[in-house]
Amino acid sequence: MALLEVETVDTYYGRVQALRGVSLTIDDGEIVTLIGSNGAGKTTTLRTISGLAHPARGHVRLRGLDIGGLAPDRVVMRGIGHAPEGRRVFARMSVRDNLFLGAYVRKDAAGIRSDEERVFGFFPRLRERRNQIAGTLSGGEQQMLAIGRALMSRPKLLLLDEPSLGLAPILVDTIFQVIKEINSQGTTILLIEQNAAKALQVANRGYVLETGRIVQEGSAKALLESPDVQRAYLGI
Amino acid sequence: MFLAAIFLILAVVLTPKAATNFPFFLQIVIYGIADGAIFALIALGYTMVYGIIELINFAHGDIFTLGAFMSMPLISAFGLSEGQSSGVVVWLLLLVITVIVMVINGGVNVLIERVAYRPLRHAPRLAPLITAVGVSFILEGIMYVWRGASNVHYPDLLPDTRIPLIGSASLGVKDIIVIVTAIVLVVLLTIFIGGTRLGKAMRATAQDREAAQLMGIDINRTISATFFIGAVLAGAGGVIFGLYFNSVRFDLGFEAGLFAFTAAVFGGIGNLQGAALGGLFIGLVQAFATANFLPGGAAVSDIWVFMILIIVLVFRPTGLLGMQVPEK
Repeated sequence: MALLEVETVDTYYGRVQALRGVSLTIDDGEIVTLIGSNGAGKTTTLRTISGLAHPARGHVRLRGLDIGGLAPDRVVMRGIGHAPEGRRVFARMSVRDNLFLGAYVRKDAAGIRSDEERVFGFFPRLRERRNQIAGTLSGGEQQMLAIGRALMSRPKLLLLDEPSLGLAPILVDTIFQVIKEINSQGTTILLIEQNAAKALQVANRGYVLETGRIVQEGSAKALLESPDVQRAYLGI
Repeated sequence: MFLAAIFLILAVVLTPKAATNFPFFLQIVIYGIADGAIFALIALGYTMVYGIIELINFAHGDIFTLGAFMSMPLISAFGLSEGQSSGVVVWLLLLVITVIVMVINGGVNVLIERVAYRPLRHAPRLAPLITAVGVSFILEGIMYVWRGASNVHYPDLLPDTRIPLIGSASLGVKDIIVIVTAIVLVVLLTIFIGGTRLGKAMRATAQDREAAQLMGIDINRTISATFFIGAVLAGAGGVIFGLYFNSVRFDLGFEAGLFAFTAAVFGGIGNLQGAALGGLFIGLVQAFATANFLPGGAAVSDIWVFMILIIVLVFRPTGLLGMQVPEK
């Protein structure tokens, strides 16, 4: 059974329809990427999955159970972690408190501690700055914290919204390496990226969104070689 | 910089008064701190609720009055009356009464949030604000019907013992109780907010509601907790107000709430230490003005409070300790 199924979902913001019949599936262990231009509905798709937006029609199923319309805190408990657009770290709290809150749904103190170590292993910079106030971190460090915080709930599925946005090229490489590493340790990932070339390099499969509709899907390799994708998103 | 200027001006105005009659000056400072401690307890609830849902809860002052009103029947029910020797039993009973009032007051405020504000969570900002004004009228109306329009005598249960300091200055047991209660509650609140799981969840919700939800935090629960704690502090403030001044009235919360709100804005709304500090500051300025230390005297004491507020906000729109952390 697929880990996540999104089935013909329509989502509105007020009267504006942001998603039109979006369907996608994600299997255990995959990295799946959503590519598309600004306003295509990538972020709305993630928000609909994590419960920040509610689908007007259609279904979101996690291992066959419908989670469409659940409040976000319920969705987290079922195993979906979301590192949202714009990082959204708790700017007036320390790095450690941010990570602690990431593990809010868990009660196993020992497991939380070992997962904190795991996050520090991915991002040694966060260990150095663990007692620093998150608002004083650099943009790249905040991105690391946002990803680390989302990992602290031990999600089965991790949603990453533009993790490389606004970062220096060298940091972008680091972040993508860590994404692969997280995936190889067993977390399934749904990744949104402006940087379509990078995203398709790490992903197994991809979907192309245009004005709220899925217009193309396929293996990452096929998408990289597709003339439409090359012209529109890879600048070739 | 400008803060230094304000304190300098105050120091220049106050130093000669302190020099000519220091014991009297000290006495006024003590009264100011005691008043300020009560303002601080109310201001904390204002600032917490604003911090978490950006609502100026105009009914909060009346929640304070409600605390004082609810404690009166409890005091009779526990068999306490004026003129008894105030032994350990009386102290313990007063503590129990205060705790009961705090819990009931918290429950009432949670109920108010549930009924009056939560349905408007996604409405334009003005709607819950007007609702809060309405809740304020309803609470005042209930207390008006309950105890009438005039001042109600509050049992004088605390000893009038005063500890002599310098010259004519003295520190009353009542002053000590007010100040110590406020300090203990502020310390407990700080520990709770800074160190507990729910406290951290409340701060997270205040900073970024959506991100908090993505952590698995049930924001309805944290918002309820905020209203509960705000009312707990205001309820304690109401009881100690009654015990200190021995007189309460149904519309007490209107003015007290206004000053407490001013204290919250003065300290930087959303900031707990700021609210406590703002409360103390306003208590002191009022006491100084009432004692004729500031030009114009008692008649214009409110003008002094608000003039200083305006000056602070002109130079520092986020208040004394307002948010200064850069947000990237």
